[in-house]
Amino acid sequence: MSNPAAEVLLEVSDLKVHFPIKRGIVIDRTIGHVFAVDGVDLAIRRGETYGLVGESGCGKSTLGRAILRLSEPTAGKVVFDGTDVAALKGEELRKARRRMQMIFQDPLSSLDPRQSVESILLEGMRAHGLDKDEEATQRRLRQLLSAVGLPETSLRKYPHEFSGGQRQRIGIARALSVEPDLIVADEPVSALDVSVQAQVVNLLEDLQDRLGLTYLVIAHDLAVVRHISDRIGVMYLGALVEETDADTLYENPMHPYTRALLSAIPVPDPVVEDTREQILLAGDLPSPANPPTGCRFHTRCPWRQASLCDTDRPQLREIGRGHRVACHYAEDIRDGRIQPHEVEPELIELTGALNPDLGPPDVGTVSEIL
Amino acid sequence: MALLEVRDLTVNFVRRGERPFTAVDGVSFDVEPGQTVGLVGESGCGKSVTSLAIMRLLAKRGNKVSGSVRFEGTDLLRLSDKDMRDRRGRDLGMVFQDPLSSLNPVIPIGLQITEVLERHRGMSRKAASIEAVDLLDKVGIPDPSRRLTEYPHQLSGGMRQRALIAIALACRPRLLIADEPTTALDVTIQAQILALLRELVQDTGTALIMITHDLGVVAGLCDEVNVLYGGKIVERAQRHQLFAEPRHPYTHGLLASIPRLDAGRGEKLIPIRGSVADNIPWDGGCAFAPRCPNALPVCREVSPRLVPDNGGLLRCHNPVRPAVAAGGGTR
Repeated sequence: MSNPAAEVLLEVSDLKVHFPIKRGIVIDRTIGHVFAVDGVDLAIRRGETYGLVGESGCGKSTLGRAILRLSEPTAGKVVFDGTDVAALKGEELRKARRRMQMIFQDPLSSLDPRQSVESILLEGMRAHGLDKDEEATQRRLRQLLSAVGLPETSLRKYPHEFSGGQRQRIGIARALSVEPDLIVADEPVSALDVSVQAQVVNLLEDLQDRLGLTYLVIAHDLAVVRHISDRIGVMYLGALVEETDADTLYENPMHPYTRALLSAIPVPDPVVEDTREQILLAGDLPSPANPPTGCRFHTRCPWRQASLCDTDRPQLREIGRGHRVACHYAEDIRDGRIQPHEVEPELIELTGALNPDLGPPDVGTVSEIL
Repeated sequence: MALLEVRDLTVNFVRRGERPFTAVDGVSFDVEPGQTVGLVGESGCGKSVTSLAIMRLLAKRGNKVSGSVRFEGTDLLRLSDKDMRDRRGRDLGMVFQDPLSSLNPVIPIGLQITEVLERHRGMSRKAASIEAVDLLDKVGIPDPSRRLTEYPHQLSGGMRQRALIAIALACRPRLLIADEPTTALDVTIQAQILALLRELVQDTGTALIMITHDLGVVAGLCDEVNVLYGGKIVERAQRHQLFAEPRHPYTHGLLASIPRLDAGRGEKLIPIRGSVADNIPWDGGCAFAPRCPNALPVCREVSPRLVPDNGGLLRCHNPVRPAVAAGGGTR
């Protein structure tokens, strides 16, 4: 449970991850950047679950990967238990990784099909020198399997012999094998059927209670995130737009984007569905390679105002206990001083260069290549 | 007479060297004009195969389809291939899950719409493109005349799905089948597409078969809901009835296992134990029995029949009692 006095385990400040867009075959020219993560500050306390939500392309996965240094941060700090992970190198980085593990979305593609479960679980332990005593290691393997609810006979099996939910359990056991403090779970249940989702969600909660783990859960499904998180951060186009505890976010969302997101999620109850008010957002997510000026949400925001919104980028500011919002007019919207209006959808240009598997690449002219 | 009468629809996958697999097993339902009917279930329950069988889109080889699909009295399964081609796109439209793989990547969007209009409504290329602009505008695509000349990869996921809906609606079909139309989309885009479908159904009186795994989508859209499990309908009820008083333990389990946005924190989810792999064949009892918290010995011996129950239909030996359902737990 969230405890404001608990020590901060992970602190991210002004983290940026920019991916270069390159053109040309012989001469690589950088013609722009995708601003996947563009200035994120957040702090996660020991023992809490921090949920990160947003739609595809908002940078939530990149942020999670940058925290573990699976993607190289362009700028900013990631302080984990007192050390800046973003500045670590070589052996020190390798050692630091034992304490930060990841659970991936697709359990089949993140497990080596030619490794047995035993070998998958042992690999991390061996790399960090946790397998010295043969007998203790065997005991540990059995303990891990029982912790995630798999039979002992699983050790000799291969990933393809398991169902999706069981594979995700293997992924969780693999992450647990090196006794981490922080687990980054990137869409841990979105590849699973609903009836199996609940099993994995409950397992993650049980493990946290028993082992005192700290979670960063990244997901697009706000209902799942609300269920397991103590605090939630909402991302839009590379930056946090709102951050608060799970109940406040649902009961008292302040940022227009959070409000729209909440109202867009279908609730499995016809009575609620028939009566609740929906805020339909116009248009699509703008390209992160060419983000809008000012507030990144102003192109789709039903509460957009003529001043500030398209010129000044709002920073996260505290407007309640532990409630941070990046919106110039949050209070006015809350108090009803600003009314929503119709928004014309903007055309979003999808260029081939931003999506390498879409459309032919522009290779430049002959003289440029020569 | 109902617009569509599906009777005893059965699809067997017959592969050489493998035991035949019954993907859809005696499914019957009706769709009235203007009605929205939901087919709900998890992956592998046969919901998509049902829709493909109705549209006759399953390959002849390896698939054995039996039963009848009467559309305004004509059995679609008995039509010649040529007659079926005339029906498809004109009387029955279909929207698929993944708009990128169901649009032709090397043909501009406009041409893919006019193709339908020329084929079924005998319009000239010119008249068809004027109509196409109209259609794109109706499904909410900004600047439609410019979009006509663009290719699918130039559109975003939500816009592609809109284009696909425009194609499906081009000939004003009386029945639209939407197979997980929003699964590949983000929630805010999903809300746009669902609002669009709702509006189209209201304005044009098109009947809609909505196939989805998301009970939330069903709750806001469908009049009548069929819950499928292991290729059979296990429960059918009106929308409000189904969510207020789920009778089948599977339906009840599904509702208890999804986290709800409006639920209090700390409420434990009640998962359904096991997975679809634990199913037993229907002829030896109830396929859901190994996972069912309400299972009795009879459930593993006698296959339950679909019988009228509470204004709907139910296939269960030991259904969830309404009082227990309100309490939120069956175990």
